Amino acid sequence: MLRINSKEELKALRTNITSKRDLSKPYITICSGTACHATGSDAVAAAIQAELEKQGLTEDVGVRRTGCHGFCERGPIIVIYPGELCYLNVTPEDVPEIIAKTIKENEIIERLLYYDSSTGERIVHEHEIPFYKYQTRVVFSGNLWVDPANIDDYIALGGYQALAKVLHEMTPEEVLEEVKSANLRGRGGGGFPAGRKWESTRNATGKPKYVIVNCDEGDPGAYMDRSIMEGNPHRVLEGLIIAAYAIGSQQGFVYVRQEYPLAVKNLAIALEQAREYGFLGKDILGSGFEFDVKVHRGAGAFVSGESSALMNAIEGKVGEPRPKYTHTSDSGIWDKPSSLNNVETYATVPLIIRKGADWFNSIGTEGSKGTKIFSLVGKVNNTGLVEVPMGTTLRDIIYKIGGGIRGGKKFKAVQTGGPSGGVIPEQYLDTPVDFDALTKLGSMMGSGGMIVMDEDTCIVDIARYFVDFLCNESCGKCVPCREGLKRMREILNGIVAGKGREGDIELLKEIADVMKSASLCALGTTAANPVLSTIRYFSDEYEAHIRDGRCPALVCKDLISFYIDPDKCTACRLCMKNCPEGAIEGDKRVIHVIDQTKCIKCGICYDVCPSKVGAVMKISGEPVPPPIPEAERGIERRKEKGEGRKEEKGEKERGEGKGQKAKGEGGRDER
Amino acid sequence: MVEIDLKRVDEMIERYKGEEGVLIQLLLDIQSEFNWISKEAITQISERMQIPKSQIYRIASFYEAMSLEPVGRHIIQVCLGTACQVRGAPKILDRIEGDLKIKGGETTPDMRFTLKRVNCLGCCAMGPVIVVDGIYHGKITPAMVEGILETYE
Ligand SMILES: Cc1cc2nc3c(=O)[nH]c(=O)nc-3n(C[C@H](O)[C@H](O)[C@H](O)COP(=O)(O)O)c2cc1C
Ligand code: SF4
Ligand code: SF4
Ligand code: FES
Ligand code: FES
Repeated sequence: MLRINSKEELKALRTNITSKRDLSKPYITICSGTACHATGSDAVAAAIQAELEKQGLTEDVGVRRTGCHGFCERGPIIVIYPGELCYLNVTPEDVPEIIAKTIKENEIIERLLYYDSSTGERIVHEHEIPFYKYQTRVVFSGNLWVDPANIDDYIALGGYQALAKVLHEMTPEEVLEEVKSANLRGRGGGGFPAGRKWESTRNATGKPKYVIVNCDEGDPGAYMDRSIMEGNPHRVLEGLIIAAYAIGSQQGFVYVRQEYPLAVKNLAIALEQAREYGFLGKDILGSGFEFDVKVHRGAGAFVSGESSALMNAIEGKVGEPRPKYTHTSDSGIWDKPSSLNNVETYATVPLIIRKGADWFNSIGTEGSKGTKIFSLVGKVNNTGLVEVPMGTTLRDIIYKIGGGIRGGKKFKAVQTGGPSGGVIPEQYLDTPVDFDALTKLGSMMGSGGMIVMDEDTCIVDIARYFVDFLCNESCGKCVPCREGLKRMREILNGIVAGKGREGDIELLKEIADVMKSASLCALGTTAANPVLSTIRYFSDEYEAHIRDGRCPALVCKDLISFYIDPDKCTACRLCMKNCPEGAIEGDKRVIHVIDQTKCIKCGICYDVCPSKVGAVMKISGEPVPPPIPEAERGIERRKEKGEGRKEEKGEKERGEGKGQKAKGEGGRDER
Repeated sequence: MVEIDLKRVDEMIERYKGEEGVLIQLLLDIQSEFNWISKEAITQISERMQIPKSQIYRIASFYEAMSLEPVGRHIIQVCLGTACQVRGAPKILDRIEGDLKIKGGETTPDMRFTLKRVNCLGCCAMGPVIVVDGIYHGKITPAMVEGILETYE
């Protein structure tokens, strides 16, 4: 690779790269993000390579392995150009047919296309699939086309031109002004204006100054940072170098978690290639500006993603927060001025420079500009990464893009903001999502996790889950956070176990108050959010647990029982064979009965009982009906009596009555 | 049990010569090569790098990803991140714990499996997810657990 020494040379390089690319030639892109990797994209890629060789087509067909396309649920994904033909759930066995028909004959293979169950149509082009159609992909767009291991792909899309513009046409102050007037707010949690943060670091007196990328992504259930870092690392680097120039920093750090091996690997490749081209190092693009980047791997601890904790970790110390008597912009890493931003924040910067602050301001709401990437997961039909303009309603995200709730279930709530966020119930589905609207609802934007919950999710259990998570992740340094979380966990464990007491809710609120006002870092001050927001919107569910010993969602083990409806049991013996505790009695043509004293409520019988039969019931807050007398368990005999159970089974009566047993929960229809 | 080759540890230390704040990086290197960090390795680091052992232990015990105990031949990670949680991850964990008769964080007496609970493996769309020796298994049900684990000796 040759070094690029000026803006003109960068332009020439881009022209050179694009002119060599024949856009009429067939091109196969294979998503190779972590999820597709997990579903077998390596095998698909190998099969494509082998088949092309076999057919002598390697020269005529291009192949590119890209980062995550966002629709991970349907991976492995391949997209064939020209024409942007999108095949989902591709297996190596499909490959010979794809080459023979689609590549050679231009013929579409219907079965591999997206099937829209609402219209009954197959959709050919990636961008027309509803999951993509309603998105506005700006920051995430490169992921569809770029091979993260090939810097030329990024350059072909105009990459590093923002950097060239900044270095050769703008003063650092002008860059600051541009980012400030774009009103870019941090995408990692707090939504603090990036331009202001940069400015205070620039104005701080200490030297040297540091700039840092936060790719810790501790929010369990969010993975957009990982996907950008894996799929388009140069966009993050370009943003980082621009920030460094604006701030006056020569040394950057990328903090990335070890549990993201592909991100670590692709970042290392990207850094090396950026150095070779001269986007990093001395005299970047012939401008005299010098800057380089070190990678620091972190080891998953949620609190280490907090800014001062992360800076501790970079110094090689334990990743715990520091007391903040001073701002990190004055005294961060090694007590030097340091500026930290999230991956997505940096990835947005090159776009703002290239397209201008006005363009950025034209997207979004009054207080939140631009787009935001959400990790739409949980009980929706289409799960994956979703980029939309700020201000898009929750309903549009969950129903138009997400395709609604799985298995025809009822929506209960959506959880946003990660462990320190909150739940939002149905009546607020039309809320336009931005930083301020979510905060007003008692939740927050956080890094963009959006976990959809249906009627089978117990809200109290979810609150308990988050408190448990935070309790484990609290570094224990300050008392309100450490002890407050422990107490909350105790109380919530009591409630889900049916040992809740009157006054528990008030006590939880009281603890929350103390934690909010007296904790050291934001983990502690926001830790009560999941509890407060669930109490705010679902106090009836808390009450049901506490007063009636009933779990309305039929989740809390201590409050539910499994019971086989003798009128529905066909004696197929499936549940008996699968019960790990031998708690089910029965035989051929003998109705099965659960021995409640042996049952550990693992729910396996419920999952394996054929959905057409649906004899295993979950009940809560009511006594288990006594087992039918042994003499009446024979199926023939009862039939002679004219009860004709077998004829009655069928889907119709399923899912009625208390919603106890609508179509399977968990595994049953997830497969 | 995987013995930790102290010569290898020396090589790893050498790589960071002259750099500041490298302790966590070094421990991660050892962890990812041997899957655990032994007492001997910590003594070695302490001597070579002039860092008090207490400081090394403090870091190694702070991070869930670092293990101070030897681990089994195969490592199962069960994701309990929020996305997997709402899709039934606890039932998967229950099943594995029941089958192997160990709890999260423990190793079977025959050293066949170590079971780890993790928070989000970054492929939430496929939840519930478990990873065995680096191989991802997505959308799994309790009933699938046995079949997956069977394939590991
Ligand atoms: C407990 C805790 C964990 C955090 N984890 C992350 C994280 O994983 N990634 C991230 O970008 N920000 C995280 N943050 C927010 C950071 O402290 C910081 O505000 C952010 O990285 C700044 O970048 P931004 O302004 O671009 O959002 C966390 C904050 C707290 C209190
Ligand atoms: S699986 Fe269902 S039908 Fe079969 S024996 Fe069990 S309860 Fe009866
Ligand atoms: S819930 Fe589990 S233990 Fe209880 S009867 Fe069903 S399979 Fe057996
Ligand atoms: S990893 Fe392929 S779509 Fe996300
Ligand atoms: S929550 Fe399980 S992979 Fe993200």
